[in-house]
Amino acid sequence: MTAKTKKKTLTAGRTYYKQFNEEIRALAKEGVNHFVLKECNGQRYIGCAMEGDIRLDVHGVPGQDMAAFMRGPYIRVHNNAQDGVGNTMDGGRVVIEGIAGDVIGYAMRGGEIFIQGDVGYRVGIHMKAYLDHQPKIVVGGKAGDFLGEYMAGGIILLLGMFSDKPDSPVAGRSLGTGMHGGVIYVRGEVPEVQIGPGLHAQPVDSEDLKVIEELVKDYAKELKLDSKEIMSENFVKIRPFSHRPYANLYVPC
Amino acid sequence: MKAPDKYYDFEKDISGCGIFGVINKKRGLIPGDMPIQAMACMHDRGNGLGGGFAAYGIYPEHADHYCFHMMYDEEAAIPKSEELLRKYFDLHHFEPIPTRKTLAIPNPPKFNRYFVTVPERPNNEFAELAEEDYVVAVVMKINTSIHGAFVVSSGKNMGAFKGVGFPEEIAELFRLDEYSAYIWTGHNRFPTNTPGWWGGAHPFTILNWSIVHNGEISSYGINRRYLCEHDYLCTMMTDTEVVAYELDLLIRKHGLSWEMAAKCFAPPFWDEIERMDEDDKELYTTLRATYGPGMLNGPFAILVADNNRLMGLNDRIKLRPLLVAEKDDMVFMSSEESAVRDVCPELDRVWMPKAGEPVIVDLED
Repeated sequence: MTAKTKKKTLTAGRTYYKQFNEEIRALAKEGVNHFVLKECNGQRYIGCAMEGDIRLDVHGVPGQDMAAFMRGPYIRVHNNAQDGVGNTMDGGRVVIEGIAGDVIGYAMRGGEIFIQGDVGYRVGIHMKAYLDHQPKIVVGGKAGDFLGEYMAGGIILLLGMFSDKPDSPVAGRSLGTGMHGGVIYVRGEVPEVQIGPGLHAQPVDSEDLKVIEELVKDYAKELKLDSKEIMSENFVKIRPFSHRPYANLYVPC
Repeated sequence: MKAPDKYYDFEKDISGCGIFGVINKKRGLIPGDMPIQAMACMHDRGNGLGGGFAAYGIYPEHADHYCFHMMYDEEAAIPKSEELLRKYFDLHHFEPIPTRKTLAIPNPPKFNRYFVTVPERPNNEFAELAEEDYVVAVVMKINTSIHGAFVVSSGKNMGAFKGVGFPEEIAELFRLDEYSAYIWTGHNRFPTNTPGWWGGAHPFTILNWSIVHNGEISSYGINRRYLCEHDYLCTMMTDTEVVAYELDLLIRKHGLSWEMAAKCFAPPFWDEIERMDEDDKELYTTLRATYGPGMLNGPFAILVADNNRLMGLNDRIKLRPLLVAEKDDMVFMSSEESAVRDVCPELDRVWMPKAGEPVIVDLED
């Protein structure tokens, strides 16, 4: 934060989400750029479509679609988060110190989402990239089914390390189904049967490792984790099996 | 048709239903305030067209009697139903279900409850039936033959309370803050395919079974025909009704375990069955072949309860949210974590179950 930090603490409690978000927006307009949001209790759309150099520290459990359409701000959730975090998010960073629900980073097109623990189903579905806009999701725990489904761009890094589901595979079934762009990196091995049709896990090369290392450095710093330990294992990558793999699906040439 | 000017300014309700359940494994009584507040936290998951609760352990003084919660749309249905109940049952006690006036629900139907037992030697067309089948037959008879009368629940030491309104309004109407139960389930409805009417609110019940459901059951048609062959008649115009009757058919009548019933509702994929060992392969192939018409197709997160258990289950590709949390003797199941934290801020463990894998919590006794 710059020297011009203007901090404000708000308590959500049972305040209705509309009122709560209006209050945040009004204060942001007045120049507040660091919000401490206490006792969040399922309030939806926190940080939705907010822009600029703003920090939000979220305590309690924020509601659905946190950081949806967000472009710029930094949000740190000091607990678990629910479904739909970073829906169509455009830029900025979300750090979640606990677990997160389903459809995290849906159609996300920029910025980073770092989750320490497990995530639900359909994380990173429809993620896409444009030029230097490269969305990135790092999951420290394990993921449910359909991770990176229909993925068109960006990076998902799945570590499988900080999970409370010791018996589960690192990712659920249909990993990367319908993927036609971007890349999913997985620490360790991923069982072949979990991977969607036509996709294969391949060893990473030195270029990939550079990308992973960079990302892990950021991730470990944000969550106070040991990046060396994270990097101490092999990684595999899952990429679409060709350029435009579905080009002939509807109109065969 | 052209989009109106400023269509993007429209207020739009974006939602799905909300569900919440809690069980105290040691039968400790949980005041109604807890499920009511949890449902209120998820207010926006519904749209005021349906709310309801099921509660277990609320009639200990009548624990041996079937308790019929009756809803009457019209006055004429009352004497007809009471005549029918007296004809088929020994009636031990009956009373209006206590309600209070609330601004939100100006004109509710009338609700009575009847504590009954099956006579020792019934003299009617159901005389040959086993006791619980007899009760089911009477429920079906009331629902199909008396205009304006509906059985809301028919179990022992349990009851369902439901109607058109937000769940906290329904709770206010039925004074649920005055009840305590060792299992509660709650539902907040956002009807999509079927009418938002009093009988269509959740929970759906039969005997001790109750179910609340977020999602939709696209296989309703085939499920309903399958149930019809087994004398369960759907009258509530809501897809979820089939789950209550399937539970009764599969678990009580066919003797399936809860786990197996859950695997009929949300069976493993064929490619998963292909990879199983021979025993499991045979089991799951047989289950799919036998109970194909009972499979629930479509998105669902459901909470199922009877007097001893609470079960949470997702459809096999998890198209609806469900979270489980534990605190000491209590286990919560909810659409959202915030609803659980609202009523129990400190939790021992929080997780999201795997799609198609039932989470079953038993009472310890």
